[in-house]
Amino acid sequence: MSLEALLPSAIDGLMLGFVYGLAAMGLTLIFGVMKVINLSHGPVIALGMFAVFLLSSSFGINPYLGVLAAAVIGLLFGTLIYFVAVDRVINAPELTTLLATFSVNLMIIGVGTVLFTTSPRSVDIDLGALRGSGVTILGTHAVAVVIAVLAAAALYGFLFRTRVGKQVRAVANNRAAAELMGIDSRRMLALAFGIGTALAMTSGALLSTLFAFTILSGGTYELKSFVIVVLGGLGNPTGALVGGLVIGLLEGVLTVFIPVAWVPVFEYLIFLVMLQLRPAGLLGSRA
Amino acid sequence: MIKVRVPFLPFVLLVIALVAAIPIVTNNPSLREELFLVLMLVTLASSVNMIMGYTGYVSFGHIVFFGIGGYIAFWLMLTFNTHFLLAAIASAIPAALMAALIGIPILRLRGAYFALSTVGINEAMKTFMTNFEPFGGALGMFFNFSIYTQYGGAREAAFLAYYTMTVVALATITTSYFVRRSKFGLSLMAIREDQDVAMVVGIDPARAKVIAYVISAFFPALAGATFFFKNGIIEPGHAFDLLRSIESLVMVVLGGIGTVAGPIVGAALYEWLRGFLITNATFANLQLALAGLLLLVTVLFVTAGLVGSLRNRFPRLRAYIQ
Repeated sequence: MSLEALLPSAIDGLMLGFVYGLAAMGLTLIFGVMKVINLSHGPVIALGMFAVFLLSSSFGINPYLGVLAAAVIGLLFGTLIYFVAVDRVINAPELTTLLATFSVNLMIIGVGTVLFTTSPRSVDIDLGALRGSGVTILGTHAVAVVIAVLAAAALYGFLFRTRVGKQVRAVANNRAAAELMGIDSRRMLALAFGIGTALAMTSGALLSTLFAFTILSGGTYELKSFVIVVLGGLGNPTGALVGGLVIGLLEGVLTVFIPVAWVPVFEYLIFLVMLQLRPAGLLGSRA
Repeated sequence: MIKVRVPFLPFVLLVIALVAAIPIVTNNPSLREELFLVLMLVTLASSVNMIMGYTGYVSFGHIVFFGIGGYIAFWLMLTFNTHFLLAAIASAIPAALMAALIGIPILRLRGAYFALSTVGINEAMKTFMTNFEPFGGALGMFFNFSIYTQYGGAREAAFLAYYTMTVVALATITTSYFVRRSKFGLSLMAIREDQDVAMVVGIDPARAKVIAYVISAFFPALAGATFFFKNGIIEPGHAFDLLRSIESLVMVVLGGIGTVAGPIVGAALYEWLRGFLITNATFANLQLALAGLLLLVTVLFVTAGLVGSLRNRFPRLRAYIQ
């Protein structure tokens, strides 16, 4: 492996990092607002992939419109998951919510496997490429980055500039106090779960325009999201985006020097070290 | 009124031993295979219950010890032609040591952070083994058929594995019972309820938690060694299967978290249900979805699990069912 490969590989990794970060933002938003680790995160990412696939292959809808549709479906679906599986046990110890969201995971995978089988699919899309000296940027990757950035910006706009967004943050900070101020905390929790799911589905939708996938593909990205979320600090959306970029860059750089299969070993080691030394994440205050 | 008290532990052990003897007496190999799996799941669920149910630390990636035990024993048998029983014990000791080493740092973490750490450890181990050539890398290791000759052939080896798994399961249950009934068990449950208060009354939480973690790692390693000895092949995806790890938590919750009998009932019920769903043409494809639905209903409405609900509903049973 030569150093000439380093720059293109690093750029490619960094671009993927935006998409990883978007998925991780969904996971971390849910944790930040209600202290629930959403184990249905992976299958939801896979549903985002299949939303784009089905819309474009059956109805000929443009994949990027499909991404938008995936976000809307995600918002509704996430709210549904909240009321069915999480609402009743929201104050229970973490094992209960872990298992409740895991049961949703099993149901999605079970039904998904029957409907879609586990054979690989891909979305047919080609936007050409930008070629520079030794660096090639695929059009699909560039568009995915732009959409991921827009989605992240939209989340920030919502959380910090709108009244409802402020209510969500108030519930995250102190649910009891928020209720005393007349905020319907249950609705805010459901909304936050919906938004978190929408982010995961959007990320999955974008990934479907980049790689081939199956209904089980979400699992890989779910574990990656865990690593990123811990890197950025559980519950911190900005941290998740930064963590996504770090992991993307790391993957891009490491693959130049070591075999691809060793890369996850380093990711998990970083994950464990972070949990030990800085559980609040890279951006958080020292534990 | 005459009160007859059936002693709990001997009763449970007797029932399990009798059930385990059925396929031997009736010479039914397929039932033996099925019970082998159930006994293994009982071992896994009872072990994880000791750290999760008694101590309140959700060890999500507990299957890592099953995988480590399997790998070390397999490697010993393959490379040095070590006898299976020796290899099994020789694999469980490093697994327990490893639990102590990783337990000391990660058991300081609370709640979600601990759960995520255990997932990280399992995944790190899986990806490491996938790349570790001495243990076969991604393809894993497999036995030559001749390795079973020293046990008198493959059939006899399968019997040896079955007897071993039975003994391991019985030993796990016995340990689980004595931990729960002991002062040590009380200190674990005190930590579960409130660690700070436990410290105030003179419990050393760090020490108690690590001991509980080590005990709960020892038996899955034995089970892993036995399972892969019988299996004849070991590879990373199968040894460090996160889904199986979570399934054992499901069994604990289904049967009743924090009870001795709960994981046994949960494991048997879960496996029976899965067998039923797989063989039923209508449900075969949907078995995962139905398992999910069952789990959700249990988590939402039967929080204490089967055994726990019985104990809550009929308080007098508490004297009999642990």
